[in-house]
Amino acid sequence: MTQTPTPTSVQSPAGPPQISERTSRRSSLTQNVLPSWLWMALLGAAVVLGAALSALLGFNLATWFIFTAVIYVVSSYIVTRTRVNKRRATDALWMNLIYLAFALAILPLISVIWSVASVGIQGLMAPGFLASDMQGVTGLTDQSSQTEGAPVLGGIRHAMIGSLLITIAATVISVPIGLMTSIYLVEYSRGGPLSRAITFFVDVMTGIPSIVAGLFAGAAMAWFLSVFSGVTGLLSTQRSTLGITAAIALAVLMVPVVVRTTEEILRVVPNELREASYALGVRKWRTILKVVLPTAISGIASGVTLAIARVIGETAPILVTAGFVVNTNWNLFQGWMTALPVYIFRQFQNPTSPNFSDPSEQRAWAAALVLILIVMGLNLFARLIATLFAPKQTGR
Amino acid sequence: MSSSLTQSDKRGVAGDRVFSALTVTAGVIILLTLTFVVLFLAANSRGAVYQEDQGGWIVGAFFDYAYPLVIGTLIASLIALLLAAPVAVGVALYISHYAPPRWSKSIGYVIDLLAAIPSVVYGAWGMSFLGPELIPVYNWLHENLGFIPFFAGDPSQTGRTIFTAGIVLGVMILPIITSVCREIFIQTPKLHEEAALALGATRWEMIKMSVFPFARAGIISGIMLGLGRALGETMAVALVLSPGMLTASLISNGNSTIPAEIALGFPEAPPGSERQAQLIAIGLVLFVITLLVNMTARWIVNRHKEFSGAN
Repeated sequence: MTQTPTPTSVQSPAGPPQISERTSRRSSLTQNVLPSWLWMALLGAAVVLGAALSALLGFNLATWFIFTAVIYVVSSYIVTRTRVNKRRATDALWMNLIYLAFALAILPLISVIWSVASVGIQGLMAPGFLASDMQGVTGLTDQSSQTEGAPVLGGIRHAMIGSLLITIAATVISVPIGLMTSIYLVEYSRGGPLSRAITFFVDVMTGIPSIVAGLFAGAAMAWFLSVFSGVTGLLSTQRSTLGITAAIALAVLMVPVVVRTTEEILRVVPNELREASYALGVRKWRTILKVVLPTAISGIASGVTLAIARVIGETAPILVTAGFVVNTNWNLFQGWMTALPVYIFRQFQNPTSPNFSDPSEQRAWAAALVLILIVMGLNLFARLIATLFAPKQTGR
Repeated sequence: MSSSLTQSDKRGVAGDRVFSALTVTAGVIILLTLTFVVLFLAANSRGAVYQEDQGGWIVGAFFDYAYPLVIGTLIASLIALLLAAPVAVGVALYISHYAPPRWSKSIGYVIDLLAAIPSVVYGAWGMSFLGPELIPVYNWLHENLGFIPFFAGDPSQTGRTIFTAGIVLGVMILPIITSVCREIFIQTPKLHEEAALALGATRWEMIKMSVFPFARAGIISGIMLGLGRALGETMAVALVLSPGMLTASLISNGNSTIPAEIALGFPEAPPGSERQAQLIAIGLVLFVITLLVNMTARWIVNRHKEFSGAN
């Protein structure tokens, strides 16, 4: 389909028959090539035909897209097959299918972002959405919002604070463990059985279902509390549903991501730097702390940010470990705590007013919008620090 | 007599020892955590298979409870895989071999955005947008292909079926498979590609002859990793599916998956009860299944490590 337009093809775009009459005047290199405007013509025809066919069935965008795609792929195969040859036709067929796959992958992205933004922006604009929690919001207030047009009350303050605290605690737990492990793998291990076991099981850990991590953290915390209260006689009735339990669950999910990313970064720190430091008589641990880590700090920071972005959207482990409440809880070690994803889930699954669920859905979509913005912001931030503060490649 | 160069520096030696011990400890903590995951889950799920007041071992009862969930999980993941794998390989090929080179990196980022959307948002999207959109499709499938067991049974009037859940899962695992395949497609030796093109192969023939043979192991392991993710995905299924009994029909209400069952049941289960033990036990089953899938995937990747970038 791609070819350089030759003077002849520009002068005579009138269709295949004339081209074949002038074959003698054309170079044999461009002989079997279809005109460059053909695919646009076919696509245009496919769009029109697809619209007509889908109008017969009751017009909607999905059937229009499907008909257009099928007509275009089939017709361009037939045209290439008849005008050029079978091999070119197969090539064109697969190219069209691959472009189609890309379009198919983009569609859900657009659709998700559209459904979140269309309701979410309205909810985000509701006064006090970011500054209030759900205390005092009952089925009655939601009913009056939906039936009488009163403003939608309630917000995500408690959920944002919960997410923030839980994520910070998870980061504090997982980053030292992850970073030290990758230092062990890169600097100390010499490919022994321990390092091979760690590498393999870190890979395996990446695939732990998040809900299993939640179950583990809950069980571990319950066991810890029972032992602890047996020793000191305190906390005997306390349940393991705490913010810190959720933080442990998230840490289990974060550690493998931190190890993988920081390991990769530490491996690309040039060996000359280490050798220069050793040559000056600096000990290994000071070399690591003063030379290797500062060189790799941008990559480490971006790896940690990516790990945070991965766990901040996790719902299941927090749902089974930290529960959900309507008021703001600042204490990780006392009482239940709501996180942003759990808030979204609860507002959809159990609306505040079961018969008048519009206000709940509006709050949930707005919270989803906030969550997407946070995650995408973290991803962008990670890429930004990785590129802005990357160690210089040259300049030695 | 000894010079300052060979004199041992006590403080420095201690620092080295402490630091290396710390790094080893961190690594061991990770291994211990994984062991404890298995131990704690196993210890807490004892109540699901052994109850004094029900006459000891009740493995049969637990099996009756667990197997529909296992099958439901497998059905949803298989639908996701069948839909996502071809599209993901196509997208990866688009990024590595078809897109304009200047844009391919940005296009890769756009696909990565799919992975950045939290699963609960996908669940909400599947529940309130995709499900209702699919109702006419389900009705049509039932009317015209109702003789196939998959499409028998009353079509759901909310669209919240295992098939919808499978589609949502497919969208979620697409970026994972794509990124693994993309990494490995890019690493195809340029000389192989150019040799194929120089012999007169079309672009598709070049891909078929030089890219696919090189990338086969990577594609398989990418698909396995996607499968592992689909098996363990919770929130999307919990929101999309209205759970019910195991049924062969994909388009009526019914079926459930292990993660969704845990997420919906666990907050209501009283601690220490048989119900909670049951939920933890199926969590352990899920853990073992995903562990096997992921270990197989990693094993394939590691076996072909020398010529793959997918790790």
